[in-house]
Amino acid sequence: MTNQSLQEIISSWIPELEFTEEGSQFLNITVQPEQLHQLMSQLKTNSETNFDYLFCLSGMDWGKELGVVYHLESTTHRHTIVVKVKLSDRENPTLDTVSDIWFTADFHEREVFDFFGIKFNNHPNLKRLFLTEDWDGFPLRKDYVDEINMVIK
Amino acid sequence: MDTTIENSNLKSEDYFINMGPQHPATHGVLRLLLTIDGEIIKKVEPDLGYIHRSIEKMCERDSYQQIVHLTDRMDYLSSHINNEAVCLTVENALEIEVPERVKVIRTILDELTRIASHTLWWGVMGMDVGALTTYFYGFRDREMINDIFEETCGARLTMNYNIPGGLMFDIHPNFVKRVKEFIAHFKTKLPEYDTLLTGNVIFQKRMKGVGILTKEDAISFGASGPVARGSGYSCDVRKHHPYSALDKVTFNEALRTEGDSFARYAVRIQEMWESMSIIEQLIDNIPEGDYKVATNAVIKLPKGEFYERVETARGELGVYVVSTGTKNPYRVKFRSPGFSNLSLLNHISVGGKIGDLVATMATLDLVIPDIDR
Repeated sequence: MTNQSLQEIISSWIPELEFTEEGSQFLNITVQPEQLHQLMSQLKTNSETNFDYLFCLSGMDWGKELGVVYHLESTTHRHTIVVKVKLSDRENPTLDTVSDIWFTADFHEREVFDFFGIKFNNHPNLKRLFLTEDWDGFPLRKDYVDEINMVIK
Repeated sequence: MDTTIENSNLKSEDYFINMGPQHPATHGVLRLLLTIDGEIIKKVEPDLGYIHRSIEKMCERDSYQQIVHLTDRMDYLSSHINNEAVCLTVENALEIEVPERVKVIRTILDELTRIASHTLWWGVMGMDVGALTTYFYGFRDREMINDIFEETCGARLTMNYNIPGGLMFDIHPNFVKRVKEFIAHFKTKLPEYDTLLTGNVIFQKRMKGVGILTKEDAISFGASGPVARGSGYSCDVRKHHPYSALDKVTFNEALRTEGDSFARYAVRIQEMWESMSIIEQLIDNIPEGDYKVATNAVIKLPKGEFYERVETARGELGVYVVSTGTKNPYRVKFRSPGFSNLSLLNHISVGGKIGDLVATMATLDLVIPDIDR
């Protein structure tokens, strides 16, 4: 399905989504955190979109905002889409989990929690994955400072 | 749950054991927390991070040429393919068209890397299930490929032969001859793999019907590579998003539908045949020309986001680069195949025995630095 018709279908579900193809090879959607779970489950279950393969889930720190970028592909239609969600609260950033929609999100969300400190509601096992439980701070945030372990050039 | 033995006061209860971080079957520093009832596995919880180096954070500080060198420390058995993934990202972002010669050499080396990785996997997988001889067979054949790598670029494992814009230097004059020698040699040796291990009754009993993964679960867990193709999910990036010289060759995607350990095993054996076929189609027709195109000494990617997918020996490697237009990336994410493949280990091994866990894990072909990054 072309990006144009994907955009038409998806914007008919939730009208206030932002679409862009600028600076990316994929169609990008920006969604509000409270609408994330609804959009994601519709993207998976709707037979026309059928995004059943979550092939990349990345945490992001855009400076002011934290967020998550989801790369989705459909194994039946072979089209791709990118969903972005931004959170302005850096003290207590919280999102809904998508691990009930795609099993792979379980580990990937734990990685994001570990490195960016974003919490996921209803996640079955949200704890640090790579770092030790008593690690202080979230290393992939841009404002993280560790004078011992980081080599700054 | 407690189970009481009939007419007795004895009862069994769950207990935890550690498998790893220093366990021969985990092939690296992976720690599994097992909840078991007797010999039956009730839960497998991987504990990661023993060799986590935060390559993604290091990338934010390095230039694009330097990032290439970090990537072969992830999945060290697919180092050439990992390097290529970063180079392709940079080249596509800058809209650089590399010479045909570079594309063909890259694809030949990709497939040699895949064979080298699969022979090592086959050797250690046999060892995991008690067949020590396979180890020596696998390493004997892999040695020839490592010699070719060494002659080509000076390194046997962490190759760093790719640079953004082409290759570090041209191939050695002996390259074509030695690759052909290897193909002729391996065509007589690969059938021996089947004679030695594949048809063995004990081996088949340990593999067939064990660790079953359905196609739906494979997709949902984000599985890729031979793990997903053993479950009938057609996910070969080389087929669906061809890169380098892969659009010039014909090959079959190895697919099985059983989803058990034996299917994953059989897919890798077939992939070695397909890789040899790809190399044979290209080795006589390496085009003349330059081995690189000139790039700026300081590479700056335009503002935007770039995503590149390649098929390593383990599955789909994704490189996600966010650039703000400076000489360093703003954010780099590596979507590693092993990380997603490990996440389904609990799902396919619950209800089985500890011995089966070792065999099942061997068919996932995990490389721990690829998971930890």
